[in-house]
Amino acid sequence: MPAMTQIRQSLVIALWFMFLTFPILVIRVNTIENIIEWRWLNMLYIGAGSFLGSFAWRYFLARKGQGTRKIAAPGGTAAAATAPPETGPDGNDLSASARSAGKSRTFPSIPEVEAVSAPADLGGVLTPAPAYADKPWLHRLLDSPRLYRPFLIALAVAALVFPFLPFASTYQINILTNALLYVMLGLGLNVVVGLAGLLHLGYVAFYAVGAYSYALLYYHFGIGFWTALPLGALLAALFGILLGFPVLRLRGDYLAIVTLGFAEITRLVLENWNEFSFGPSGIAGIPRPGLFGWEMDLHAATIYIYFLMIVLCLLTIFVVNRLQNSRIGRAWVALREDETACEAMGVNPTAAKLTAFALGSTWAGLAGVVFAAKTTFVNPASFTFLESAMILSIVVLGGMGSIVGVIIGAFILILMPEYLRAFSEYRMLLFGLIMVVMMIFRPQGIVSGVRRSYEFHRETGEKR
Amino acid sequence: MDYFLELFLGGLTRGSIYALIALGYTMVYGIIELINFAHGEIYMIGAFTALIVSSVLAFAGFSGMSVLFLAAAVAIIYSAAYGFTVEKIAYKPLRQAPRLSPLISAIGMSIFLQNYVMLAQTSDFLPFPSLLPELPFLGKLGVNIGSTELIILVTTAISMVFLTLLIKFTRMGKAMRATAQDRNMAMLVGVDVNRTISYTFIIGSVLAAIGGVLIASHIGRINFYIGFIAGIKAFTAAVLGGIGSIPGAVLGALVLGWTESFATGYVSSDYEDVFAFILLVLILIVRPSGLLGRSTVQKV
Repeated sequence: MPAMTQIRQSLVIALWFMFLTFPILVIRVNTIENIIEWRWLNMLYIGAGSFLGSFAWRYFLARKGQGTRKIAAPGGTAAAATAPPETGPDGNDLSASARSAGKSRTFPSIPEVEAVSAPADLGGVLTPAPAYADKPWLHRLLDSPRLYRPFLIALAVAALVFPFLPFASTYQINILTNALLYVMLGLGLNVVVGLAGLLHLGYVAFYAVGAYSYALLYYHFGIGFWTALPLGALLAALFGILLGFPVLRLRGDYLAIVTLGFAEITRLVLENWNEFSFGPSGIAGIPRPGLFGWEMDLHAATIYIYFLMIVLCLLTIFVVNRLQNSRIGRAWVALREDETACEAMGVNPTAAKLTAFALGSTWAGLAGVVFAAKTTFVNPASFTFLESAMILSIVVLGGMGSIVGVIIGAFILILMPEYLRAFSEYRMLLFGLIMVVMMIFRPQGIVSGVRRSYEFHRETGEKR
Repeated sequence: MDYFLELFLGGLTRGSIYALIALGYTMVYGIIELINFAHGEIYMIGAFTALIVSSVLAFAGFSGMSVLFLAAAVAIIYSAAYGFTVEKIAYKPLRQAPRLSPLISAIGMSIFLQNYVMLAQTSDFLPFPSLLPELPFLGKLGVNIGSTELIILVTTAISMVFLTLLIKFTRMGKAMRATAQDRNMAMLVGVDVNRTISYTFIIGSVLAAIGGVLIASHIGRINFYIGFIAGIKAFTAAVLGGIGSIPGAVLGALVLGWTESFATGYVSSDYEDVFAFILLVLILIVRPSGLLGRSTVQKV
């Protein structure tokens, strides 16, 4: 009886995890007072949790397995196959076009396997594929202005009105500004990781460059926020190129570790070079951004930074969106898919990688300047590896290569721990878990990157 | 000259610890081409388990060598169990996935394990009891080496010899080498690839646990974060020697140990960790295949 074997299997797993977590979770040693604390209740939780969790695990794995099988079936759409959690009845419409949806070597963000290559028949034409029929509901929503426009307007009004609502305290506005800051960072990293496919683990170094350039420029030369903003971005971009040059030859995993090493070097230098960066104590008293010399109290300044952040986010979204469909954006995607093929097609991989690094770092630099202005204080402790990991998990959760996804991801990951206070302790634990679980069950993220697809039609110009 | 010798021995001790951890990286990379980011955490869990077990034993009235051996044994068992479980959960479902997926999953696992230990235990540094015995005869011989250092060196050397024998002469070792060369081919000739990969993780974790217990007794305090830095340094060592190559990992670890020791001794001790990272960046730029590694030709 399969149910019996499943239960037995889950029992074994539960026992295994109870064994595994026993010393760390159950026993706590207080070395100062020489007491040993026994927390048997934790063992019970783990046992029950892993017993139930193993069922969910098996269920989702089986579902994913079914999905992959569907790819092989002729006519089954790849979108329906690789995105099981969201494909309800709508995902399963079978499009008439047979898709070459076999084994694709794509980066996880691309579920829609497109590429219907034209046969050696010159009578046809490649036309943009109709975007609706075979996509999950979120994509359909995003594709038709009629559906998303009212939603967008409502969102814009809400964002504009929010700081003046009675419950919007300085604290509330600050949290939201923080989330917007991470939207910007996520979108910047998305250029490097999501589009160009370079796993960048040292993103926070450029964030630090931005923050410290404003802090130091102000400290030494009295340079204000508005001058520092472009300067910080420029410096971060320069640093990006500086790092980019030597590591360009490296493959994905080496690149990851070198960027990580670079970020650690940056942090350690900031921590130890007292004459330059004032060491671990950091730099305090950085002024908030001004508005034509208008004196603002704390609340007004917070609202001002909030609107500033909205403008910067809109700018980021605009630029990243335009970049995505530009020549260089396509070169990045090609690079991500297959470097060798991309080079053979005439794309210069070195230039493409460098621009990705430089542009990604620019946004980090901008965000860094705003961060310094917002908190009025910088020190190296704000720029640890965990920060990089947090930004990466925003991109991974949201969906690599997808702008909407990254925005949603940033809001979920930044706002959730703020509003669920009991939860904030487990924040990093959750981030790690999200990375693992997302990679296994939904590598394309909450909102997968939309990719323009082309279809081949025999009759010239005639749409399907 | 005395100072030089002291730094040399310090570097050797450091290097041999790195070697124990680096072997895990290099073996896993050799077999599934994945940087196992969670490996440093396995080492940290080994050290924590040893600390907990030895405290409980000390509380129960045990003392001396029995504490050391029991704590080390339990630490090794638990590290192996964690290594095995991590592979089954975070990497096995991603065998066929694109390269970056298991890497991100590995980073996630590393963060998860760090925070799991932090939340379950403490975020402060915990004093680690010196489990290793004092060797009184060293003083009489007049050798300029501490007993902890000597024990670390000898243990590492013994572990290396065992590992080499295991890989060269046992069936399991043969299966590992076959899987590293060509996974599909190994499967075709009847190697149980999944089991071989599990063995690789277990062996790597055992070595990491030995390293964890040794260094924790050497330094005398641990916290949840030690695995991260140690992991990166060990990875540097593995890359330095040529990742995938077992003698390379040992050589790289020793070179790294000496570099750090001499750099902190003669240049500045503030930048201890920076030297390792600079070395890593330099190697990857100048010679990405490492000292003993073969450069891979990319085929289309």
